[in-house]
Amino acid sequence: MDHASLSGGFTDPPQQSAVAFRGIMQAMARPGSICEVAGAVAPAPLSVAAGTALLTLCDPDTGVHLAGAWDTKGVRDWITFQTGAPLVAAEAADFVVGGWGDIDLSVLQTGTPEYPDRSATVIVEMSELRAEGATLTGPGIKERAVLNLPDLAVFQRNAALFPLGLDFMFTCGAQMAALPRSTKVI
Amino acid sequence: MTDYNFAYLDEQTKRMIRRAILKGLAIPGYQVPFASREMPMPYGWGTGGVQVSAAVMTAGDVFKVIDQGADDTTNAVSIRRFFERTAGVETTEATGDATVIQTRHRIPEEPLTDDQILVYQVPIPEPLRFLEPSEVETRKMHALEEYGLMHVKLYEDISAHGAIATSYAYPVEVEGRYVMDPSPIPKFDNPKLSMAAIQLFGAGREQRIYALPPYTRVVSLDFDDYPFEASKAEHACALCGATDSYLDELIVDDAGTRMFMCSDTDYCRSRRAAGHVGAQGTPFKEDAA
Repeated sequence: MDHASLSGGFTDPPQQSAVAFRGIMQAMARPGSICEVAGAVAPAPLSVAAGTALLTLCDPDTGVHLAGAWDTKGVRDWITFQTGAPLVAAEAADFVVGGWGDIDLSVLQTGTPEYPDRSATVIVEMSELRAEGATLTGPGIKERAVLNLPDLAVFQRNAALFPLGLDFMFTCGAQMAALPRSTKVI
Repeated sequence: MTDYNFAYLDEQTKRMIRRAILKGLAIPGYQVPFASREMPMPYGWGTGGVQVSAAVMTAGDVFKVIDQGADDTTNAVSIRRFFERTAGVETTEATGDATVIQTRHRIPEEPLTDDQILVYQVPIPEPLRFLEPSEVETRKMHALEEYGLMHVKLYEDISAHGAIATSYAYPVEVEGRYVMDPSPIPKFDNPKLSMAAIQLFGAGREQRIYALPPYTRVVSLDFDDYPFEASKAEHACALCGATDSYLDELIVDDAGTRMFMCSDTDYCRSRRAAGHVGAQGTPFKEDAA
């Protein structure tokens, strides 16, 4: 194990994770809004927002799956040391991290009719987050919101599964926007 | 600082609650199971709300607690002190100044804004529980969107009383999918459930968390010929004269004389401070006990 995995975590976990969670919660409660999520410095290619979200939400109870270019030794070691979360196959993951093209959404857990919350949260690393592109409506959105989603049909199909489905977080640098399954995408 | 971790709960517990809150926000109205902890207060005193507040609180928050609208009852005072001691947060009684408001059985009269969070203490989160005691069955009913029993209950209200007699914990339908118990708020408050603030519901004994994101469509169940009505006592507040606020009824002597006053103490106080005086009120003095 090299020393890089030992650094970049929270210096004051109770305070920093509380502030980070408020950013994540605002993003999830207000789909399409771009919120700041910072505090941790994760090894590349993991962004600040994605790394901070993993530190805030993951522990030995949550399986994490790294997709594509994000599945590096540096990232694996960092997550293992900092959170203790087991690294698992996509089928069993509670949290999935990767680029849009790397993630096979079809195998992820979407919950059961009795327990729709037993579903994966997908953290998609983006090259930029902008308030333009797809139009979003639904809970958390006053009239409509706009966000540069990487796809349309995928998210429309996901919303059609409601109350089952996947919940997405889009990260870029220290920014996060979210798209829960309840949001309708036009 | 103190002998406690920030906001009392350990970090792993907060992560578990935070994950439940996010799933609750993603599936509005659905009750997410969570591993509720023992808190240093008995069940029924807001252990669910306290755990949710602890999981969302940051050091910069301004915290307010109301119990049936009042800031100065035992439950509200003790929870406010709990977080002053364990999180070191500033507390307030003014609705407009608070960023996190924990409530038992009321929604403040003053409309909440999009930078506020309202945390409800919930005794029985399952709206179908008194109709169907089995959790296995109610969970299946939610999965199948089978809510006929609830409409039968409201219909039986009408056949027995001539109107829907349910006056608090009035069931609502969230975004056309889940039927949800808004906690025992008076039905007067139901129309306020679609609001700008994030609403989080915590039931400690029953181990459930659920949520309403801002502007979620929340509809009180009713019938075309018996529409939902947000009712209140047909009086004005005796202290501040407000006719638009929810009123508590007090018996003030042995002859049964009644008095009605605002249940929201901060709303009443700020109205009196602005010069409004009710039929039995006296002009407002800042230091009046």
